[in-house]
Amino acid sequence: MKLSRYLRPVSIAAVTAAVAIGFSGPPVQAAPKQGGTLNFVVPDEPPSWDGHRETTFALIHPFAPFYSLLIKVNPENPSSPTDFVCDLCTGMPTPADGGKTYTFEIKQGVKFHDGTPLTAHDIVASFNKIIFPPEGTTSARIAYFVMVESVSAPDDHTVVFKLKYPSGAFIPALATPFNFIYSKAKLDQDIRWYEKNVMGSGPFKFAGREAGAYVRGERNKDFHVAGQPYLDGFEAIFSNKQAVQVQAIRGDRAAIQFRGFPPKSTEDLVNALGKDITVQESDWNCVLLFTPNHKKKPFDDVRVRRALTLAVDRWGGSQNLSRIAIVKAVGGVAFPGHPLAATKTELEQLPGYWPDINKSRAEAKRLLQEAGVPGLKFELSNRAVDQPYTIVGTWLIDQWRQIGVTVEQKMEPTGPFYARLRSADFDVTVDFNCQSVINPLLDIGKFLSEDIGNESYGAYVDRDLDKMFEAMNRTSDEAEQRKLMRQFEKRVLDEQGHSFVTLWWNRIIPHRSYVKGWKISPSHYLNQDLANVWLDK
Amino acid sequence: MTIATDLGTSIELTDERKPRSRLAATVRFARRNPLGAAGAAVIIVMVVVAAFADFIAPYNPVANAFDRMHEPPSLENWLGTDQYGRDVFSRIVYGSRTALLVGFASSFVGATLGLVLGVASAYFGGKIDLIFQRILDVFMAFPLIILALSVIAIFGTGAENVIIAITIPFIPRCARVVRSSALAIRELPYIDAARANGFSHARIILRHMVPNVMAPFLIMITAFVGQAILLEASLSYLGLGVQEPTPAWGLMLQGGAEEYAESAPWIAIFPGIAISLAVFGFSLFGDALRDELDPRLRSQ
Repeated sequence: MKLSRYLRPVSIAAVTAAVAIGFSGPPVQAAPKQGGTLNFVVPDEPPSWDGHRETTFALIHPFAPFYSLLIKVNPENPSSPTDFVCDLCTGMPTPADGGKTYTFEIKQGVKFHDGTPLTAHDIVASFNKIIFPPEGTTSARIAYFVMVESVSAPDDHTVVFKLKYPSGAFIPALATPFNFIYSKAKLDQDIRWYEKNVMGSGPFKFAGREAGAYVRGERNKDFHVAGQPYLDGFEAIFSNKQAVQVQAIRGDRAAIQFRGFPPKSTEDLVNALGKDITVQESDWNCVLLFTPNHKKKPFDDVRVRRALTLAVDRWGGSQNLSRIAIVKAVGGVAFPGHPLAATKTELEQLPGYWPDINKSRAEAKRLLQEAGVPGLKFELSNRAVDQPYTIVGTWLIDQWRQIGVTVEQKMEPTGPFYARLRSADFDVTVDFNCQSVINPLLDIGKFLSEDIGNESYGAYVDRDLDKMFEAMNRTSDEAEQRKLMRQFEKRVLDEQGHSFVTLWWNRIIPHRSYVKGWKISPSHYLNQDLANVWLDK
Repeated sequence: MTIATDLGTSIELTDERKPRSRLAATVRFARRNPLGAAGAAVIIVMVVVAAFADFIAPYNPVANAFDRMHEPPSLENWLGTDQYGRDVFSRIVYGSRTALLVGFASSFVGATLGLVLGVASAYFGGKIDLIFQRILDVFMAFPLIILALSVIAIFGTGAENVIIAITIPFIPRCARVVRSSALAIRELPYIDAARANGFSHARIILRHMVPNVMAPFLIMITAFVGQAILLEASLSYLGLGVQEPTPAWGLMLQGGAEEYAESAPWIAIFPGIAISLAVFGFSLFGDALRDELDPRLRSQ
C-alpha cells in the first residue's frame, strides 16, 4: 500500500516525540486481571447515539464499547496508520480484480446483545447506511467511500466490497471507529432506530443512561473475543468543565478522561498524585477550523473571508495557546508532519501564515475596506466545551479585534451547536476536522462541497475542489498526490477561502496508573472499545 | 411656614412638620441606618465605576496579552492577570457595567410588570384574581435559578436573554407582594369615589392605586437588583449567561479561574469579592429602605 510509505515515519516520529518530552510511555503489560469497573469522564454528551451520523468523541467514548466493527486499528499498536486487524472478520483480505474487490469472511457464532446472530447481511446493511444513506438519514462519512461501487453478501458469512477504482484509502476508511455494525432487523424496522437506542455486539452491553450524568455498560459474557473484556463494566460520567474532570481524576472518582488535558492540568495532576498518575502523549489528527457561512452576507464575498484568515497570527498563537489549551502545531489541511502536508515554507505562502503578521493584518483591513465592511460585526458560533473550543474562540475574537472587527461569541452545548452547523444558521462558526486513522487523502473530505461531504458546513458547492479530491484518490503517484494536495489546500485556504485552519491539537492523557491495556493514539476516536482495558488494583 | 385651609383659616407648621432638605434627610437616613448607608456607598461606587470604566480601567478588558499570562497582583496589574494575560482589575471594572445593566434592567422591568399585574389582580378581585394568583403559584413553585435556566433553554444565551430570563421570575414575586398592599387600598373610600365618578379601570389602577403601593415596589426593586446580579453571575458561571470575551464577574469565575484556582487564585478571588460586595451592598440598602418606608418599623 502506497500510503504506508508516507505514514510509517509519522508514527515513528510521534512515538519518539512522546518519549523525548519526558513523559512515561504506555506501561509494560503484565497479565491482565479480570474484574472491576472503569469510571471515566466524558467532556460532552452526543447529539444522538448513531455512530454513522455523528462525528464526536462524545459518542465514541461512551458508546463504542457497545459495538463491533468489521476491522479496526490494532489496539496494541493504535498509533500506526497501517496496522489494522479484524474485529468481525476472520482475516484481512487480499484485494482481487486489480485492487477493486475486497472479500471479507465473517466470524461465525457472533451474537448481538439481544441474542440474535450477527451475519454478513447485518454488515452489508450497516455499510449501505454509511455509504449510500437512504433519504431522511444522515451519514457523516459518505466522502470516505467515494471509491465504493457496491457492498453485498453472497452468503451469511461473506461480505464483498466492489470499488470503482483501486484506492489505498479504502482499508483505513473501513477501520473508522464510527462504522458500528448494526442489526439489519432493527434498521429494517426503523432506519433511525439507532439514534435513540443501543444494541450491538461489542464487549459491553448497555446498562443504563441518565441524561447529563452517565452511561453505564456491563460485561458482555458472549463477546466474540475469548476472555475479553476484562472489566465487569464501565461508567462514562459526563462533565463539560475541565476543572471538574481534573478533580474527578485527582479524587479517584474517575480514572481517566480519554480526550486530553492541556499541559498545565497534567502538571497539576502529576504534582498531586506522583506515581499514581501515568501520562501518555501523542500528536493528534484533529484541528479546529473557522468556517464562514458562504450564503450569508458579507461572507459570500471571498475578500471578507480572506480578511478573516489574514488577521490570525497562527505562529504566535501556537507558542502561546499551547500553554493553556490542547493545541500546538501550525499546519494546513493535512496532518502536520505527514509527507502530504505543507512544509513551513509552503505554508508561509498562504494568507494567514505569512511570517509578518502586521503586513498580513494591513492587507486584511484593506480587503475589508475594499469589500465595503471596514467595521464588520458578526456572531461566532462555538461549542460550549472548554478545551479547546472556548479558548480558541476567545483567541480568534481577539485576533479579529486587531483588524477592527467586532465579534460576539455564541456558545452552545453540542446538540444545539450541531443543529446550527447542519442548518447553516450562523455567520461564522468554529468548526473542526477530527479524524481517526491518519489518512490525509480522506481526511480532507471535510472540505468538499456541502452536497458531497456531509461534514462540510460552509454552505458552498465547489466542483473544481471535488474534482481535485477525486483525482488525488484515484492516482497512486505520490508526487502527483502531493501536487494536487497543494492545489486543494490553496483553493480552500486562499483562492476560495472556504474554511480556515487554526491550530492542530496535541493529545496528553494523564490517567490513574492502575488503568492498564489502553494505549494512546493520534486520535481520540481510536481504540475506545475498552475490550482490552483492565484495572491493576 | 403657613398653609391655608379650605375653611379660610391658616395653620402654622411647627419645625417638626417642615419638609426637610434632601441633604438633611440623607444624613438622617445614614444616622438611623449606618449599614444601609454603607450599602448605598457601595452602590454609588459601583455606578461611578461603571459609568467611568473607560477612564478607570488601565487596560482594554478584552485584549489578550500572552506575555503577561497568570501574572500575580503587582503595580502594573493591581489584581493580576488571567490565562489570556488580560488585566483582572480592568475586567472587574468593565464587569460592573454588565452587572448593573442586567441587575437594573431585569429588576426594574420585572418589578414594574409585577406592580401593574399585582394591583390589577387586587382591583378586579373575584375569578380574575383567583386565576391570576394560581398562575403566580405555578411560577413561584420554581426556584429562581430553575425558572431562569428554563427561560435560557428556550431563548438561548447572551446578555439580552439573560435579562429576560431573570425578569420573568421576578414578575410573580413582585405581583404577590404588591397585591397584598393593593387589596387594602381597594377598600378605601376614594377608590369607591373614583368608580362612582366613572373613571376607567386603567385610570383607577394606574393613577390612584399604583402610587399608593410604591413603598413595597421600591423595596422589591432594591432587593431584586442584588438577586439579579447574583443570578446573572450564576448563569454566566454555568456558561449560560454572557459569553467570552465580555467582561462579566460570573464569567470570570469559570474557566481559567477554576482551572488555575491553586496556581493563580487571584483570577477567582477578586471577581468573587466584587459579586459579594455588590450583592451585600444592595441587600443592606434594601433592608434600610424597607425600615425607612415602613411606618411601623420607622416608629420603632
